Amino acid sequence: MGEDMNDSAHRRGAGRKSEPRVGLFVTCLVDVIRPTVGFAAVKLLEDAGCRVVVPSQTCCGQPAYNAGDRLSAKALARQAIGAFEGCDYVVVPSGSCGGMLARHYPALFADEPEEAVKAERFAEKTHELTSFLVDVLGVTKVDARFSGTVAYHDSCAGLRELGVKAQPRRLLQSVDGLSLVELKEAETCCGFGGLFAVKYGEISNAIVSRKAEDIKNARADTVLAGDMGCLMNMVGKLQREGSPVRARHVAEVLAGMAEGPSIGESQKEPAR
Amino acid sequence: MNPRSEATNSREAVFASIRRSLGVAGDEEPRRFEVEARLTKAPVGVRPERGQGDLAARAATFKAEAERAQASVAEVPTLAHVPGEVARFLRDSNCPATVRMGADARFAQMPWSETPLEVAVGASDGHDLNALSFAFAAVAESGTLALVSGPDNPTTLNFLPDNHVVAVARDDLVADMEAVFLKLRAAYGKGAAPRTLNFITGPSRSADIEQTLLLGAHGPRRLHIVIAG
Amino acid sequence: MSAVSTASRFKENAHAALIDARLQGALSFSRNFTVRRSAAAERLPEFEALRDSARAIKDHTLAHLDLYLEAYERKVRESGGEVHYAQDADEARRIVVGLCRSFGAKSVAKGKSMVAEEIGLNEALEAAGIEPVETDLGEYAIQLRGERPSHIIAPAIHLTKRDIESDFRRAHRDLPPDRDLSEPEKLLAEARAVLRAKFLAADVGITGANFLVAETGTSIIVTNEGNGDLTQILPRAHIVVASIEKIVPTLEDAAQLLRVLSRSATGQDMSVYTTFSTGPRRADDPDGPGAYHVVVIDNGRSAMLGGAFEDMLRCIRCGACMNHCPVYQALGGHAYGWVYPGPMGAVLTPSLIGVKEGGQLPNASTFCGRCEEVCPVRIPLPKMMRHWREREFERHLSPAPFRYGLGFWAFFATRPALYRFSTGLAARALHLMGRSKGRLSWLPLATGWTRWRDLAAPERTTFQSRWRAKSGATR
Repeated sequence: MGEDMNDSAHRRGAGRKSEPRVGLFVTCLVDVIRPTVGFAAVKLLEDAGCRVVVPSQTCCGQPAYNAGDRLSAKALARQAIGAFEGCDYVVVPSGSCGGMLARHYPALFADEPEEAVKAERFAEKTHELTSFLVDVLGVTKVDARFSGTVAYHDSCAGLRELGVKAQPRRLLQSVDGLSLVELKEAETCCGFGGLFAVKYGEISNAIVSRKAEDIKNARADTVLAGDMGCLMNMVGKLQREGSPVRARHVAEVLAGMAEGPSIGESQKEPAR
Repeated sequence: MNPRSEATNSREAVFASIRRSLGVAGDEEPRRFEVEARLTKAPVGVRPERGQGDLAARAATFKAEAERAQASVAEVPTLAHVPGEVARFLRDSNCPATVRMGADARFAQMPWSETPLEVAVGASDGHDLNALSFAFAAVAESGTLALVSGPDNPTTLNFLPDNHVVAVARDDLVADMEAVFLKLRAAYGKGAAPRTLNFITGPSRSADIEQTLLLGAHGPRRLHIVIAG
Repeated sequence: MSAVSTASRFKENAHAALIDARLQGALSFSRNFTVRRSAAAERLPEFEALRDSARAIKDHTLAHLDLYLEAYERKVRESGGEVHYAQDADEARRIVVGLCRSFGAKSVAKGKSMVAEEIGLNEALEAAGIEPVETDLGEYAIQLRGERPSHIIAPAIHLTKRDIESDFRRAHRDLPPDRDLSEPEKLLAEARAVLRAKFLAADVGITGANFLVAETGTSIIVTNEGNGDLTQILPRAHIVVASIEKIVPTLEDAAQLLRVLSRSATGQDMSVYTTFSTGPRRADDPDGPGAYHVVVIDNGRSAMLGGAFEDMLRCIRCGACMNHCPVYQALGGHAYGWVYPGPMGAVLTPSLIGVKEGGQLPNASTFCGRCEEVCPVRIPLPKMMRHWREREFERHLSPAPFRYGLGFWAFFATRPALYRFSTGLAARALHLMGRSKGRLSWLPLATGWTRWRDLAAPERTTFQSRWRAKSGATR
């Protein structure tokens, strides 16, 4: 079935039936670049009473899908759907991958009725992390501390495909010591767009330069978002410009796991 | 190939291509019926609340919206007061006391001799600074004037002069464009229309130079509306 | 053949646009269209309902386009006008030039028309010894420079007032050198005077049409300047050029679309002049054109009906999509290389001039989705751009390294154990490379990124490997 029995409940010996069984779709960028985000997501979900499992998984298929390679996208989709079969919910710390799973999977199989049904059921149980916490589990606050001023960037897919806007802000407002400012153009694309950032690097650079300006003007010391792609793009530009603004995934801050190096920083860098 | 048959071929080719793409022959009864029905019934879509209401409400909305579009609006008690208001407007705007208007009978009956205005009647050839028209209707929803072409109110008067004054009868202050269409059909018949129906909202403008909003691009710099009645 | 295209050189065009400091400065003037649109939408509670209504009207009309076109033609004839059909750009040019010649036209006043740009009308008129004079202020400004519009609503948005001043000084023979043209009002006054003379001298007036109403045989134009009106009422003949999908069934249907058009385009509830023109002047009209001809142009649109890109025919040319597009905002319109820029241009261009020539355009998108969010007739623009990408992929039109890269990724991603192994290796390697600062300033194969941005280095081991280690997995 493709499911890995490494679930946290077995580890901790819990076994309450009322706990929803949540499969974490960790996403490639979190898996490979920043596992901290994955562990932060697990903590948030467990604190909210979920039993988290992490089935063996790879890519949601969005790069292939957006590049026009439907065949590869379908192959990856079938794999993902199968891997999460035993879960009540699938939760994703990304609006972009989340949108792929929850909105585009059914469209992918529009011409295959049997697969489409599976894709529909899968899509229905899939949620982006902060909207899952707030809209499904009814979480209104988190128990975390973060001293500093943050700005939240609305990743396009999360915002427009999944309606993620108020939920992360709601939770951030409950973080002790955190001050939240709004970017003048919070809803404007950062210029990542997946492969676009590499294929059309010069244009992507022009777009992220404007975003970096907006972030600097907001006078936040940390920019947050729900998507690693956006974050790497924005902080990569800020760092190249010599700006001290940091970037973290919103999950790290909400889970109180924001003490370590921020994105693109190492432990060896002196404290700023 | 002579031009006429070339033209017919093109017409046929375009229709054939459309029908091929739609997968129809063109003579299917249900489709023909639907099209006939829509053209005949002309169903009304979404009509915003904004323009609706009784005459007093519509007049207030019209005035507010017209002013928002940079027109000026005055109200006079009767048609006979229009010449005086036109003279006052031109004087206050430092414009010469001349005005051209169409053959609209309502203008002919106004006491122009009671004003110092030099009146000319007929279409404009571009040498008139000020023009006066009588609106077919006024649209409350957007502060818009509806003007129709014809000897009564030549269309050139709407565009060539620098200053345009438009009189409208209070009773002709309707809610929205849909109400104007009803009036239009009553006046011209179903499926017909005058050569030109102008919907005018404020004076001519352009923002083509560095997005700076400027009035008087090609049409009038000033639009003054006189509601009479 | 339609107007000349450089769309296949999009990347080079984009580069030129990005390093053009003057253009970048001018583009900053266009940044408040978004604010104006959202203010207009907010001020009208029925706005969303109107979008749905507009979409439904367009869909219904397209599904019955042949019949509405027949009805439209009948009505135009009844009111004394004539309808001509052009299958493609060549034919459209021939018809219009032929008509102008039949009126003995030496000069032609033109209202703004994107389809006239598409068919390359001005060049054809000039070649026939007829002088076309653009009367829309922005179109006039770019005509003096021999440029194309860079935006479908604000054609000269890429120009500064300095540009326009120097063009006027160069082109206006009677302009004294000491005349002050430093401010927009003065430029406007100069243009108004020069163009007024041209309006009065023109033999024929050519306009586009925002809509063609089947019920009455009416063409509708929407302007703020009034130039489209002077263009059609002063000369002896009025020629309308419009593509087949401009048809709407009734006057009421037109009202629905007009309400979302101006709000989406400039944030105005109504443009200053919305003009309904039906036929030539009547017997008792003291002014107006003696002849009225409508040239209905196909040029690739009928082929789009019933196909994957049919939704694109709903477009009412408001420009909202490009106003909200981060790519358009960074480049301006000329970089797109043909007639239609921004998201709508990216979808329409390959349909009209082929995917080989226009195929880069739908690739240059981040799929942020803002275009679809603001489109008054709810065209799913990103979805259609993706369709184009699928077509290109199937036909092996995407660059080879790109296809191989994707194939490579898919190979690994469909084999979870292999994927975990290789990503683990990659994470370790990149972590090592970037360990001193936690990021890389250069990475082979990723120079499109690292040329301008730092690249965050991985944490050393992957999430899945750590999770398995923690849970003591046996699988």
